[in-house]
Amino acid sequence: MLNYLWAFMILGGIIYGTLTGNIASVTTVTLDSSKEAVTLCITMLGIMSLWTGLMQVAKAVGIIDRLTKLLRPVLKLLFPDIPKGHVVNEYIASNMIANLLGLGWAATPMGLKAMGELKKLNHDSDIASSDMCTFLIINISSLQLIPVNIIAYRTQYQSVNPTQILGAAIVTTCFSTMVGVVFSIIARKVSRKG
Amino acid sequence: MKFLLYVSDYMIPFVFFIVIGYGILCKAPVYDEFVKGAKDGLKVVIGILPTLIGLMVAIGVLRASGVLDALSVAIEPFVAKLMFPAQLVPLVIIKMFSSSAATSLLLDIFKQYGPDSYYGMLASIIMSCTETIFYTMSVYFMVAGVKKTRYTLAGALVATFAGVVASVFIMRFI
Repeated sequence: MLNYLWAFMILGGIIYGTLTGNIASVTTVTLDSSKEAVTLCITMLGIMSLWTGLMQVAKAVGIIDRLTKLLRPVLKLLFPDIPKGHVVNEYIASNMIANLLGLGWAATPMGLKAMGELKKLNHDSDIASSDMCTFLIINISSLQLIPVNIIAYRTQYQSVNPTQILGAAIVTTCFSTMVGVVFSIIARKVSRKG
Repeated sequence: MKFLLYVSDYMIPFVFFIVIGYGILCKAPVYDEFVKGAKDGLKVVIGILPTLIGLMVAIGVLRASGVLDALSVAIEPFVAKLMFPAQLVPLVIIKMFSSSAATSLLLDIFKQYGPDSYYGMLASIIMSCTETIFYTMSVYFMVAGVKKTRYTLAGALVATFAGVVASVFIMRFI
């Protein structure tokens, strides 16, 4: 999909630029943008490494394990069809905690493992189980409480206060997740009856 | 709503304080662990550099050629009544498909209007509270061998929409 999107952006841009006489600036921008991507990554190297370093400390001293345990009662409520003490609970909890802490890249492998287990619980059916739907809706509703990457981008573009959006981001993230949770609970009941 | 700005200022030092303070109380080698973890961060960032180069160039071409401006003008009449800026419509739509393409658009908005402008702030918040819908669904459901996804898409769209509405709303108080 991204193959077509990318080709379309570049080809479309070049054709439109030629027609509107902007082709000279297209040339400059092409070269400048690649350089900009590198400078951006240099800023991100600092902030992301700082964050992953701190999170490694949190993991080493057991803070992440504790948070994962705290999630258990919540999971019972959200995923009533998962048998008690099933390993998938661990995967889902780790995936959610990693997402909450802004370690999206670490969350995906755990999320995929969780889906693999949910597949077994779903008897390899090609129709999604309610638990799968809930899990994905919550994942897509965005759990990341501290948007480290956005803060890095804001720093790169000389924001006076890069973390100014943090409070608002936390509130909106919680709100969208809440809506996702409520939707999942209602949809689970309605679609069962239907 | 001053509280939100306090949270913004204190959140990061707070997390550092808790994690490192707790670590020291546990007598953990906090600095050694930090260095170990920071190395992972390097790998992640280097990993996204190629995508970022490709997509920032593509968005740059769209911006310089005038396509993005034309798009905003074309969208304007449809969103004028929704109190949502036409400049950010492409961002919301692209974010559903690809996170890195949306990032490139976000950076373009920062360049055009500045990260502290209304557009820059709103775009930052929207990007913080939404996720890629179609990418996540296709990867996760592929692993689960699922073809019929039932109400997942509807739920994902509702949650995303809620995030966008909340972002516009909260901007009034900042």
